Amino acid sequence: VTAAEEQDKWLADAMALVQHNAFFMHRALDNNNLRDALKYSAQMLSELRTSKLSPQKYYELYMKSFDELRKLEFFFKDETKRGRTNADLYELVQHAGNILPRLYLLITVGSVYIKSKEAPAKDVLKDLVEMSRGVQHPIRGLFLRSYLAQVSRDKLPDVGSEYEGEGGSVNDAVEFVLQNFTEMNKLWVRMQHQGPAREKEKREKERRQLRDLVGKNLHVLSQLEGVDLAMYRDVVLPRVLEQVVNCKDEIAQYYLMDCIIQVFPDEFHLQTLESLLGACPQLQTTVDVKTVMAQLMDRLSNYVASTPDVLPEILQVEAFGKLSTATMKVIDAQPDMPLVGAVSLFVALLTFTLRVHADRLDYVDQVLGACFKKLEGRGKVKDSKATKQIVALLSAPLEKYNDVVTVLKLTNYPRVMDHLDYETNKSMAVTIIQFIMKNNTLISSVDKVEALFELLKELIKDSEGNP
Amino acid sequence: MQSLFAGAFGQPCVISIDLSDMESRKQASIKKENGQMGMVPLFQGQESVTGEVRIDPLPGRKIEHQGVKIELLGQIEFYFDRGNFYDFTSLVRELDVPGVIHERKIYPFEFSSVEMQYDSYNGVNVRLRYVLKVTITRSYVPKIVEYKDFWVRNFQTHPDVNNSIKMEVGIEDCLHIEFEYNKSKFHLKDVIVGKIYFLLVRIKIKHMEIEIRKRESTGSGANAYNESETLAKFEIMDGAPVRGESIPIRLFLSPYELTPTYRNINNKFSVKYFLNLVLVDEEDRRYFKQQEVVLYRVD
Repeated sequence: VTAAEEQDKWLADAMALVQHNAFFMHRALDNNNLRDALKYSAQMLSELRTSKLSPQKYYELYMKSFDELRKLEFFFKDETKRGRTNADLYELVQHAGNILPRLYLLITVGSVYIKSKEAPAKDVLKDLVEMSRGVQHPIRGLFLRSYLAQVSRDKLPDVGSEYEGEGGSVNDAVEFVLQNFTEMNKLWVRMQHQGPAREKEKREKERRQLRDLVGKNLHVLSQLEGVDLAMYRDVVLPRVLEQVVNCKDEIAQYYLMDCIIQVFPDEFHLQTLESLLGACPQLQTTVDVKTVMAQLMDRLSNYVASTPDVLPEILQVEAFGKLSTATMKVIDAQPDMPLVGAVSLFVALLTFTLRVHADRLDYVDQVLGACFKKLEGRGKVKDSKATKQIVALLSAPLEKYNDVVTVLKLTNYPRVMDHLDYETNKSMAVTIIQFIMKNNTLISSVDKVEALFELLKELIKDSEGNP
Repeated sequence: MQSLFAGAFGQPCVISIDLSDMESRKQASIKKENGQMGMVPLFQGQESVTGEVRIDPLPGRKIEHQGVKIELLGQIEFYFDRGNFYDFTSLVRELDVPGVIHERKIYPFEFSSVEMQYDSYNGVNVRLRYVLKVTITRSYVPKIVEYKDFWVRNFQTHPDVNNSIKMEVGIEDCLHIEFEYNKSKFHLKDVIVGKIYFLLVRIKIKHMEIEIRKRESTGSGANAYNESETLAKFEIMDGAPVRGESIPIRLFLSPYELTPTYRNINNKFSVKYFLNLVLVDEEDRRYFKQQEVVLYRVD
């Protein structure tokens, strides 16, 4: 029997038992028999206690139970019409002996309880997120908390929500989601350290399948009306970053940084650049920070392109200075970073600079200068991937300005180009010539011509006597 | 039931014992000797027990007797000595002088403000019961006896001092935890609130539960006998925690069949309750810490 077949069988068995207990649960619901409804629903949920299923199979089982719990939720709602209070129900479901069924039931009743407004939403939410601590098993805990996140989404005391006021404030909503996020991330990171070392890759794959369960919380935060720039800057981002940095886990750090950049608005990123970038050098050295930063710079430059009025704001927050400082810090913090990583960071920074500060040649030259510093003393670059990135770095200003004369003003340009190996250097020189030809560029001064020849020297050297 | 078949066993009359406030009086649901549940009237200490005894001779029979009496007995019975009752309370009312009963006769009775300081209790090795016993004494032939059980529950007030239980326990270099229960004395419908804080975890814990254990102690000296029962197993953690985690406890006592703590009842027996915190590791080894809690009953 292969592992996959075994998984299918276990899932089928568990599904059948869920089905079986759901049948009796439905019958109890039809007969308004609360006692039996609780008994069979708890038995049904007991199937989620399994340790045998892979996350993917477990997810299927979870979804099945999820559907059944919706029916139970409607029943609970009707129970209160039959004279039972939500407080009673909230206690009653906690009599279940096993913790996992108990907490699924508690969250389900909790959801009805909040809706009834018999208790402040913030109190119920706080209790639910706190009680969920009892489940420390990574996969079971992640799904349980994911259930909590799911059913509470439309019941948070957000600004303008019907649960605001007596139900609490957006602070309570944020606190709740942040706590659930933190705990979920801890469980997710913990998955990495459970099980035999030889299954590391399998675990990493499984973890990647579950990442959106964790990311969902950030999404919820970004959707809260009450999370304005101040709240984001002072509460949300610091707390999220604290978790990201402290978890010391490569997969989580990369995913969450990316997630932050994706889900929150550009305006927020612009105003919190320092904190966001400040976290980058603190990440594990194996984290692909360059992609994260490139994503951020990419978003910011698109933001400027689509909303030109923010340009003054970018200048005001000194985005370029912050980004280039952060880039250097990240490179310094990760001495083992392959050269290609460092160079692609410069490419991203240069792309940002060219799109946002096309008029600031000094910025462009600064980026090239930083790259040169990194290359200095290394001689010709042998690594083909790094070479490719250097070519991209050198091509970007050409494409942007479409004018070699402007490029010739960049003092660091030839210095970087020097580090290309002979072949690449030659083809780069050809590219430059093609640019000149295409645009019929006229070079008017002697020093510019010298600069150009300096650039093309490898080409010239090879074809001696043919300047 | 016995009295219904009285004729068949040669008993010449039917005796019924009726309490005067049966309609308004609360009933207790009790597991009877045959294992079935039944309802019996419920009293508490210092209450008056009043009612009437009705004696109905069977048609054509008359009863010559040497006197009729009713007793209120509080008794302790050990099951290793079944049938032998130790009476800690015994009150008697004479109902009739010697004579002959030809037709239905009704005797009112009253035991006022009876001292019933102990609760009724059905245990594993011992029981404490209260009973009304009517006896018709006859010469040369056996006495006629009828019993009526009733149940007593006493109520206590909330204790003045009720400290939380907080303790650090562990196995050196392996597992250190700190646990806390919000109180040391709980009433029977109370909630145990607490938390477990993990200070050091070097074993792989699979789950953790709280057991409510009851210990009934009977006899003394060489005859001392302890009987422990686990009344509840309540899982409070699933999976392996790491250092720094805290796990909440909220355990409602109402679903379980608990009695108050009984200490040295009439020097005959005790009933104590313990919370047993049990951690189970991946090799199914069990680590536990038992802690006594006092249970009491309030209105």
